[in-house]
Amino acid sequence: MTALLELDRVSKRFGGLLAVHNLSFAMREGEILGLIGPNGAGKSTLFNLINGVFTPNSGRIVFNGADITGERPFMVARHGIARTHQIVQPLTNMTVLDNCTVGACFGRENLPLHRATEAARAAAALVGLDDRLHLAALHLTIAGKKRLELARALAAQPKLLLLDEVLAGLNPTEIEHMIAVIRRIRDSGVTILIIEHLMQAIMSLSDRIVVLNYGEKLAEGAPAEVARDPQVIEAYLGDPKLAAALEGKDEGSAAHG
Amino acid sequence: MLCRPFFWIIALVVGAFVVSPLIGNDVQLRESLALAAVYITLASNLNLMLGYAGYINFGSIVFFGLGGYICIWLVDSNHWPLAASLIATGIGVSALSLIFGFGILRLRGPFFALSTIGIVEGVQAFVENFKPWGGSSGIYISPEVFAPLGGPGPALWVIYFLLVAVMAASLYLSYGIKISKFGLGLLAIGQNEDAAAILGVPTPRYKALCYSASAFLPAIAGGLYFFKGAFIQPSDAFDLTLSTEAIVICMLGGQGTVTGVALGAYLYEELRGYLLVSSTFSNFQLVIAGALLLVIVLFFPSGLMGFIYSRFPRLQKVLE
Amino acid sequence: MFGIIASIIDGVLVGLVYGLAAMGLTLIWGVMDVINLTHGTMIVAGMMALYLISGALGISPYFTLPPILIGGFFVGVALYWIAVHRMMGRPPLMSLLSTFSVNLILVGLGTAVWGTALFNVEVSLPGLTIDRYTFPGPHILAAVLAAVIASLLYFFLHYTRLGKALRAVANNREGAELVGIPTTRVLAIAVGCGVALAGVSGMLIGTLFPFTILSGDGYQLKSFVVTVLGGFGNPVGALMGGVALGLLEGAVTPFVPVSWTLVIEFVLFVLVLIAFPGGVFARRGAL
Repeated sequence: MTALLELDRVSKRFGGLLAVHNLSFAMREGEILGLIGPNGAGKSTLFNLINGVFTPNSGRIVFNGADITGERPFMVARHGIARTHQIVQPLTNMTVLDNCTVGACFGRENLPLHRATEAARAAAALVGLDDRLHLAALHLTIAGKKRLELARALAAQPKLLLLDEVLAGLNPTEIEHMIAVIRRIRDSGVTILIIEHLMQAIMSLSDRIVVLNYGEKLAEGAPAEVARDPQVIEAYLGDPKLAAALEGKDEGSAAHG
Repeated sequence: MLCRPFFWIIALVVGAFVVSPLIGNDVQLRESLALAAVYITLASNLNLMLGYAGYINFGSIVFFGLGGYICIWLVDSNHWPLAASLIATGIGVSALSLIFGFGILRLRGPFFALSTIGIVEGVQAFVENFKPWGGSSGIYISPEVFAPLGGPGPALWVIYFLLVAVMAASLYLSYGIKISKFGLGLLAIGQNEDAAAILGVPTPRYKALCYSASAFLPAIAGGLYFFKGAFIQPSDAFDLTLSTEAIVICMLGGQGTVTGVALGAYLYEELRGYLLVSSTFSNFQLVIAGALLLVIVLFFPSGLMGFIYSRFPRLQKVLE
Repeated sequence: MFGIIASIIDGVLVGLVYGLAAMGLTLIWGVMDVINLTHGTMIVAGMMALYLISGALGISPYFTLPPILIGGFFVGVALYWIAVHRMMGRPPLMSLLSTFSVNLILVGLGTAVWGTALFNVEVSLPGLTIDRYTFPGPHILAAVLAAVIASLLYFFLHYTRLGKALRAVANNREGAELVGIPTTRVLAIAVGCGVALAGVSGMLIGTLFPFTILSGDGYQLKSFVVTVLGGFGNPVGALMGGVALGLLEGAVTPFVPVSWTLVIEFVLFVLVLIAFPGGVFARRGAL
């Protein structure tokens, strides 16, 4: 398999804290890779490293054959990587449509304004925001802002989408809707790397899981294997019986893990 | 752009500027409108950094002053024709601004704002010691330079129409940028620079472009303004009062809007004209400007246009 | 050779006063992320208060310190309520504009009343003479007083309840409110202290150099340079930064015309920020 994204022994240190340590993994095109781990395990830092917000102290990040280690965020975006943030970052006083148009204009396709507006509408429709296109972002509910975050990332037509806790703060109906949207996004050909604490959701969505603990890779594999891994259970899942139960749970059910 | 109504609204305003002093050869009106044109030029170009990209440029006067110096030096000492001097001035100051920008555009918000003041002080200190430009005494233009324009009287009319042209260019420039992809990127930077960068907006390049674009027309306006007065000295050319007033005008009219800035400039100039004449208030020009700005920032941060748009939301489709 | 060293030492003495001034700026900055653009004018206000009070009452200039300290505090609290309170929660550019506008008003009023007249406060104090160089008495006393007040501030911040509340708010405003600290009151007090420090440092500078209403700009720039050298929101750093700046001035002024000093300091300001975006000793929120 030719990897779409490859991390090779990436490390990031903040003063005395080693946030990410010698991390390596690869992603295949078209897969959904779930990233789980306790708070502070380095998941968001990892996103920031891929994204270009932070530069690794060592290691390489290769995307689609190109070495993007240490590239500035706007250059990474041009390669075709988009992300959502754990704490949403809307362009507050701009409308939903304008927010998405920014994504479409400056993403991988680098579209001119009128084509970008079309792409923006399409992305907004995909997440269900097409009824609020001319509403200013600050007037959206938190769920609306999360959808906007996603639509904006999609408008750029990325090859790789980094989703950072896109389900946090949503009620069960909204979560169901979002999960369906994420599946549809993957079906349209986008590769997805997702951080999520909602165990049901991430276990059922992901093709594979990588578990992070204290910045290091603890386990990697299919959701079922990972859920059974004793180290993972001890570090993160807590209860072995729960882990077994997770395997058999229906998708779409949103009880907390 | 031609099919949009706002394009013609600007044209109408420019037309009024051109035509009204010609009626009855009203020289007083011409001078008053010339000053308004200067204010509109300065404020519109300042708006690119302040209203679009969200960067306060306290020292935008430096473009105006340097423009004045370069133009006068070219015309008077080097005997260039006015038109060529003006173009060279615009290009020269824009290029210089790229050099300044290289140093200060990587600074965020407040630090950028403070650095712009430092740039003015630095340039002023330099010019005051620069003998070829007259040092602290300045340069007086010899009257012969007005000859190619038909003599001092007609020259003032030529200069006026050129100032109106520069004003028109400023209005069309800020409008054109606002509806372009570049403008969208700038607005994104103004809302949330980090998020904009992650979305792919090439922030360093856009900021540099915006900064040097905001230097071009004010430089030419400065060239015209000081050429008209036939005299330039450092304390006038780099007087921070004018750039401060430009900030007040932007905030008064509504930062980020094209209409608001033009409206604010006009209103402010009227206010100022009244203040200067009234004996009670002439010393208090800065105080009034400060009080006005304080009230706007505290209670009406979206300025006049914000107020108008909240009452008449439909207007937002037509005006910018 | 000794001339240069003496100049540097003298620079350090004056630098301590600059450090005190910068503490006022950095305190407000650290506690609420507001850059007080009236800072320079408040320094001048301290100078004018020194001139007017000592002139009117005929007392020694140094006795004006307590009233200026206390008066400055109340002016600062007023400034908070007028220009800063409503800006909490708004983009930082807005607080920049609001303090900027108050500054315009104050400078406008000042120049309307006093114009650009030069003021000088006569202070006769015996100096300290070593070899061929005399360290002026006022410089030494000003440095000592600055150090004393700085220590008082440090004691206040670290050993009193109110001081700890201030540091808590600087560190995490929401968290502080959650544990019951009246944040609005604390913010007002912080601005009060910041302006008081500016005023007192102005008073001390007034005993050293002549001044006009417009002198504020230069001292404000020096405060910014010191803050950038010493770290935002870091009073101890501010004092050290002041000493560093004083050292630099002492080393440079014998060789460079005075009008260029400010330009050099500005260039330093920009260069340091480019190299160290958080200041040289950056420890955000660590008051």
